[in-house]
Formats: sequence, C-alpha cells, structure tokens
Amino acid sequence: MSKVIPIHPMDDFKERSRSVLNNPGQRKNFRSAMDFLQAKRKSQFPDQAELEGLRELGAEIRRYSLAHLPRLLEQLETSLSANGIQVHWAETPEQANAIALEIAQRVKARHIIKGKSMVSEEIEFNHAMEAAGIEAFESDMGEYIVQLAGEKPSHIIMPAIHKTKQEIAELFAREVPGVSYTEDVDALIQIGRRVLRRKFADADIGLSGVNFMVAETGTLCLVENEGNGRMCTTVPRVHIAITGIEKVVERLEHVPPLYSLLARSATGQSVTTYFNLISGPRKPDELDGPDEVHLILLDNGRTQAYADQQLRATLQCIRCGACMNHCPVYARIGGHAYGTTYPGPIGAIISPHLLGLQSTYPLTFASTLCGACSEVCPVKIPIPDILVRLRNEAMAQPDSEEASLRGSGAARTVSGSAVWSVWSQVYSRLGLYQLASWFMSRGRALSPNEQGAWTRSRTPLVPAPKRLRDLLKERKP
Amino acid sequence: MNTATMARNNILGRLRAAPVAALPPLPDVKAWFDSQRRNEDLAQRVLRLRAAMQAVKTEFHDVTPTDWPDVLLRIAAAKGIGNLLVGSNTAHGDELQAHPLGQLQLVHYEQPIEAWRDRMFDGIDAALTSARSAVAEIGSIILWPTPSEPRLMSLVPHIHFVLLDATSIHSDLHSAITAEGWSSGLPTNALLIGGPSKTADIQQTLAYGAHGPKELIVLLRHATGAAS
Repeated sequence: MSKVIPIHPMDDFKERSRSVLNNPGQRKNFRSAMDFLQAKRKSQFPDQAELEGLRELGAEIRRYSLAHLPRLLEQLETSLSANGIQVHWAETPEQANAIALEIAQRVKARHIIKGKSMVSEEIEFNHAMEAAGIEAFESDMGEYIVQLAGEKPSHIIMPAIHKTKQEIAELFAREVPGVSYTEDVDALIQIGRRVLRRKFADADIGLSGVNFMVAETGTLCLVENEGNGRMCTTVPRVHIAITGIEKVVERLEHVPPLYSLLARSATGQSVTTYFNLISGPRKPDELDGPDEVHLILLDNGRTQAYADQQLRATLQCIRCGACMNHCPVYARIGGHAYGTTYPGPIGAIISPHLLGLQSTYPLTFASTLCGACSEVCPVKIPIPDILVRLRNEAMAQPDSEEASLRGSGAARTVSGSAVWSVWSQVYSRLGLYQLASWFMSRGRALSPNEQGAWTRSRTPLVPAPKRLRDLLKERKP
Repeated sequence: MNTATMARNNILGRLRAAPVAALPPLPDVKAWFDSQRRNEDLAQRVLRLRAAMQAVKTEFHDVTPTDWPDVLLRIAAAKGIGNLLVGSNTAHGDELQAHPLGQLQLVHYEQPIEAWRDRMFDGIDAALTSARSAVAEIGSIILWPTPSEPRLMSLVPHIHFVLLDATSIHSDLHSAITAEGWSSGLPTNALLIGGPSKTADIQQTLAYGAHGPKELIVLLRHATGAAS
C-alpha cells in the first residue's frame, strides 16, 4: 500500500504539466472542480464591502501575529505547558519525525490514526513511521482514498479532487475486503466510515494538524467537517499535533474573523461542521480524551521567509486553498504536476523556503501573474509580487547582495547571463543601440526559424524592415 | 544543550534576528463585530440559527421544560432507536429516567472509555447531551463537555440529541466568546457543532454521516408557553 511517490523532483515539472495537459479526462475533472469551488466561495461573499472589511481585518491579525511571532511562541509555550500540553520544537522534518517516533516508541504504539495535516505530508510522516514499523493510517475521507491508491494529495483542502467517483468505486472494490463496486457516493462514504471506525477504536496515537494556536489561552483549534479530526484528538491515549510555527495568534478573539474567512474561502461554507478547541489532556475526573497531548512546532525554512520583510507575508497564509481554486495554471495542470506538498500559487511561494530554490524555482515561473490569487486571498498575501521577487532571486548572481535565499541564483545560466549583459550594454549606449538596430533591421532575412521556447507554439520573431527611427526620419518634411 | 533546547533556541534566535519594521497596532476585532452585528431580538436569533443549521440537515423540535422527554421518546420510537447514551448525574438525564421509556434503553456514561470502547463504537444508537449555548450568525451550537457529559457523546453515536435553551443563543461568535469569558479559561475541549458530520471529498458530492453523527437533532427548549 505504501508506494512512495517522491516529492519535489523539479526537473520534470514541465513534463508532468504536459502530461496532464494532454489528458482531457483529468483536465475536465479539475476544471469542473474549480468552477464548483469558485461558485461556492462567491455565494458566501454576497456583500463586497463586508468581504473587503473582513479581509483587511484578517490580514491585520496575521501581520500583527507575525510581527510578534517570537514573543507569541514563548507565550504559547508557557500557556500550553500550564494546561498540560507538551511542546516540542523541530528545525527540520527529520527532527519532527524523530520527536514523534520517540513518543510512539515510549508508549509502544503500533497504530497511528491521522487527521488531516499538510505539515505531516511536508515531513513525509507516514513514510518515517512505516520505516520504523508503525502503521500511519489516514482518516480524512480524501486522504484515506489517496493513501489507498498509493498517491499524494492533489489539493490541500480536497486531497482526492483529481479522482472521479468511478475511479474511487473501482479502488474500493479492489482494495477494501468484502466490498463490491458501487458508484453511490453515500454508500462509498459509509464504506470508509465502517473501515475507519475500527481504526479509531484501535489506534494508540492520534495525529492531527492545527489551524490556529491561541497564545493567551494555550489552545489548539481544529477546523473540520467529517469528525475524524475530533476522533483522532479524542479517542487514542496520545494526541500529537503538528504544525508550522507561523500558526499562532495572540488572543482568542483573533480567531473568529480568521475562522469565518477560512470556512468561506476554502469550501464556500459559512461554517464548518466542527470547530474543535483543545486546551489540555484528560483531567483526572474526565472519562475520555487523551492522557497526553503533544504539540510539535516545525520551522523547516519558515524562519528564512520570516527574515525578509517582503517574503514574510508568505507566512500570513491560513491554508484555505482559494488561491489554487482560482489559479488558471492550477486549473489546467492540477496539484500533482507541482511535485510539492503545497501546490498552486501558495505552493510556488512557500516551497522555495521549505526545499530551496534549486529544486523549486520552475514553480515561480508557472504563473501568468494575473493576480487572481491575491484578489481572493482572505489574508491579502501579495502572491504575484512575491513570485516576481522569487524569480529575481532565482536569477540573481550567487553570493551577491540580491541573493538572500537558499538556492538563489539557481536559474542563472552562463548563456542567459551573457545575453542579458549584452542587452543591457546595447540598451544603455545610444551609438551601440543605433548600430545594433540598423544591423537587425537590415539583416532580418537571417532571423532563425527556430527560436527555442518561443517558436514551440508561436511564429518566429522577425525584426521590422525599418526602425522607428527610420520611419520618423521619412515623415520629416 | 540537548537537541530539543537547541532547536527551540535556534528557531527563536532566527526569528529575533529578523529585521523589525514598525510594529502594527493591535487589530480592533470588537469594532468590526460591533459594526456588523444586526440589531436582533431573541426570536430573530432563533430563526437565524434554525435556518443556518437546517440548511445542513439539522433537525429542530420546539419543546418545553416539561414535554421534551415525550418529544424525544416519540422521535426515538419513530427512528427505531434501541438505546440512548446519557451522562451521569445530569438533571435532564434524571428527568428522562423518570419517564416511562417503553422500548428505549438508557445507557449511562459512567466508566472511562477504555472500559467499554467497543460497546461505544458498535453498540450505541444515540446520545443525549445538553448544549451550553449557540451562535446564530454561524449556525452552531456550543458544547463544553464535562466529566458527566464527556467528549465522545457528541461524536461516536450515530444520532446526537441536543437540549438547547432558546434563551442562550448569541448573535455571533465574538459576542459568545466575550459574554461567556472564554479567554479567562477554557475546558479541556470546547466545541462548536454546525450539523451532522459531512464530507464532499468524493467528486464534490455532499454526503452526511462521514465519521461523526449521521443525524443531529436539536430540542429547542422554550420557557413554558413560549414555544413557537
């Protein structure tokens, strides 16, 4: 079952994109899913003024929280500890997995049941646990389907968005014992419910993500519809929550506006079925809930984004997925083509910090800079500006002042740099410019028919027979 | 210094080393909610709550402090519910117990879950809990599970009955948090519940009864004579 798909092999990003573009079935799935999600979101924001006011408030809350991040993390640690929740810090995915593994081995865990957590995907948690002989089982319906198929999520909110119900029906009939083929969605969900209820009851550890952490009260907030998040955080004896360091807010009253923005932007619901606030393990007189609650705070490159005033805005993200739902590129190539845990526009701006620009810079170019993502972003992240900045970083001269990120300059090539250096010489010297343009217009017949990427889907570029300068000269009386 | 302390210090150190721009002011969340809040009386809040929750398949029944056990028993009989999980030492549990229950068997949550987990998962049809309050704007009831009404009651049984006092409905989440003083102390687990559990993970098709209750039935308790 655990066929491991390597993530972040960037070299074949273009190849993967092309293969989806040539698959009409997949394109249809994504197109209709995106249309559906866009319409649902739109129906939740009938009042443009209310939307803009709420977005501004959401952005202010996130900016405020980030500005005070080190202080809030310490306050969070203090209040969580006072509530009996154990806090762990991890700089890398390896450290995060090692912390979880140590807990699992101490309580002799054999089965871990998982609620939805993109950070656990980011650190390849399942793989690390399986390598140690511990089963990590996904319980979100979409994640369960994707895991059963040996795949990765293609969307951060709807992991199995790339699959049709026919494909899921075939998958269940093939992989779930005693199940026959049915395309009835209710029946398919009931199959998942039956299988997973057993898993909840038998699991030694529940793993979950976190949507918001509240520093003042020491509270972990989880947003969900299915109830699997509540199961994972309530039934097993041990609950491990894992999330990025940026998810903290100072006050409980900061949560309602972000929760409203998240539910409405993500799936176009006014509210999710469950909003789950966890502020401690089971107390001596309580009859259920975990005896131990752990929180793993992960850095994994987030401090690199934080260090830069412009790139810091990347960390405002509340992971609603609206940017990918409205992205013309994501709608055409889908989530898997990106090859990263976080696809779409937000993936293109966060992945360079997690994985380095070397392997991720092609993603920053996979955008038309149309601005749809920043227009719908509930916390107003200027995604196109950040994409342009990352492109510049990718082209920067390594070790220069412009190169400030891991992998800066990765897209720079000798021939490319030479072309631009000639271009800048020609365009900054009048005589040279006149001479060059004279030769270009007179020698236009020599223009090559093959002009690299340009001519793959366009006619070749040919200079005009007369320069603007010549035309103006002719007009003189 | 061990790895754990080192990781913590390194992360905080890098964050502290980052350049500081002018610190943004504390966002005025209260002003926003004050500006958006409708001027509604209780009856209008009840209507908004019902509409929002019914839109996601929650059942509502108007009850009085005296007739709610009869209403619950009638619904339970109609749905063929064999047993009902109730908390230990709750006023409403005692009230229900005092009624002739017919075919319905009451199960009391008295043991830690470890002692009867299999029965909880495989042998309980429905549960009854009280709600602390509710929020009209986002169509959610608020539960603060307690030792006598633990967390899993509102999650594992297939049907969840909730007793909600109509007078306890807040306008929006911000006013609920403020009026009830949440920031001065939260229980182990606090919950907002908007309906029965659901998912749209298969081809964006909405299906109810994902992992939690398949049905959520709110018994809206009005003061005697006030039932609409």
